[in-house]
Amino acid sequence: MRLLSDSIGRKAVMAVTGLMMVLFVVMHLLGNMTIFAGANGINTYAEKLHALGPLVWVTRVVMLVAVLAHLVISIQITLENEAANPTKYAVDRALRATFASKSMIWTGLLLAVFIGYHLLHFTIRALPGMVLGTDALGRFDVYAMVTDAFHKASIALAYVVGMVALYLHLSHGVQSLFQTLGLSNDKLQPAYGAGGKVLSTIFLIGYGSIPVLILLALAGK
Amino acid sequence: MSAHETMNLKLIVWRQAGPNQPGRFETYEAKNITPHHSFLEMLDVVNEDLIKAGQEPIAFDHDCREGICGMCSAVVNGVPHGGQQRTTLCQLHMRKFKDGDAIYLEPWRARAFPILRDLVVDRSALDKLIQTAGFVSCHTGGVPDGNAVLVGKPQADYAMDAAECIGCGACVAACPNSAAMLFAGAKVSQLAELPQGQVEAPQRVAAMVQAMADNGFGNCSNHYECEAACPKGIKVKFIARMNREFIKALALEKVGAVNTARLKSE
Ligand code: HEM
Ligand code: FES
Repeated sequence: MRLLSDSIGRKAVMAVTGLMMVLFVVMHLLGNMTIFAGANGINTYAEKLHALGPLVWVTRVVMLVAVLAHLVISIQITLENEAANPTKYAVDRALRATFASKSMIWTGLLLAVFIGYHLLHFTIRALPGMVLGTDALGRFDVYAMVTDAFHKASIALAYVVGMVALYLHLSHGVQSLFQTLGLSNDKLQPAYGAGGKVLSTIFLIGYGSIPVLILLALAGK
Repeated sequence: MSAHETMNLKLIVWRQAGPNQPGRFETYEAKNITPHHSFLEMLDVVNEDLIKAGQEPIAFDHDCREGICGMCSAVVNGVPHGGQQRTTLCQLHMRKFKDGDAIYLEPWRARAFPILRDLVVDRSALDKLIQTAGFVSCHTGGVPDGNAVLVGKPQADYAMDAAECIGCGACVAACPNSAAMLFAGAKVSQLAELPQGQVEAPQRVAAMVQAMADNGFGNCSNHYECEAACPKGIKVKFIARMNREFIKALALEKVGAVNTARLKSE
């Protein structure tokens, strides 16, 4: 039996890496909410987080491995599935499959692009024209960097598109991971489904509110 | 609709002369169909007309015509067996249709199920899964004496629910990935639940997962189309069970507690 080549083994890896990313996304959202406490809020949070030093780096490396494993296996599996079902029906009627479940590879690839862009943007801070200064207490000014970026409609829109992709990916993905890990049955499955929808809606509204509210100048002035 | 009223329908049917031959849709008229005709009887009527007209009748699979053998198989308007819950095509009746309806008829489509002719596909890939991993290799003897092998009622019911599968392959036909996880999961779960099957559960699930890949089936994306299409109501909880059995077996193997390479049919 092989974890990285058997069908269920690879799906289990996707489910575990998916779960790791979901947990990361929960923590990241909690951290990001400090932006609504203003400059002092998010700048303090950012400084405290970076003060954790090695812990931050361990998390980064672990998450990078998880994202890459998830990405590589998802492409492999999707290509295999396509090859297993080469001829489509003339009448394509789904009984239970959803738009979200059928577009996992596309919302996933969109997320890959988003993750790359987002890291270049706010983590590596290597995009042209960014506001990279310090605040009155001499700390790196995350607040100014973020609000400046989201005052541009194109950037705010790019983040919202990313969050819609995340919403779709997880509205199928969360319940799917429990099924893949064998932690489901008839009674639990609807609960996972509902829980996954609630969680992905929270992510959509929580993360989405940051660029939208800043763009509409309801926050960040 | 009264018993004497009849209807005429338009059938758009996949016709293919043989394996690896090009196929195409042909349109036929189904005339004078009563609400009491079963779907297959309706096809019989159409075929009689075709034979009278000197044309090749539509080939379709069937045997018992009472919903137990699993032979009938066609995708009706995009849904295997036509979409009436827990109903095989042979048990679907024409009262579900109305005069003038257009009906698309297609064969099961999956790489693992090559088309033999028209609506008839080769489903022996499912037999291969059973031959490779769907058995117990201990001698079970004849019918055991009552209460000689103790099986609890919930376990017996669970195993019976899984064993309800008639092997028609609608799950594979409905799956966007042509995966056989519902079929395989039902067998793995049924045997893992019973005392005779528990011993070899790790070897069985390992062999089953390998056999699915070897026979051209896809991976499970948890769309749950299979459960919706299954004429016997087999649930995806059996797929979750197979996933669980797999992860358990993998863990047992990694710590050296079992060798999953061994599953012998004697
Ligand atoms: C890096 C880019 C990504 C790609 C290309 C991708 C692709 C995919 C694909 C194709 C599937 C379905 C696999 C199948 O058909 O069986 C999937 C499942 C999943 N993804 Fe992603 N994904 C990505 C990022 C993410 C992120 C960022 C998260 C979480 C925040 C995530 C969470 C999940 C979960 C929970 C599942 C369900 C696993 C299962 O079916 O057991 N993915 N992903
Ligand atoms: S012909 Fe036997 S189940 Fe339909």
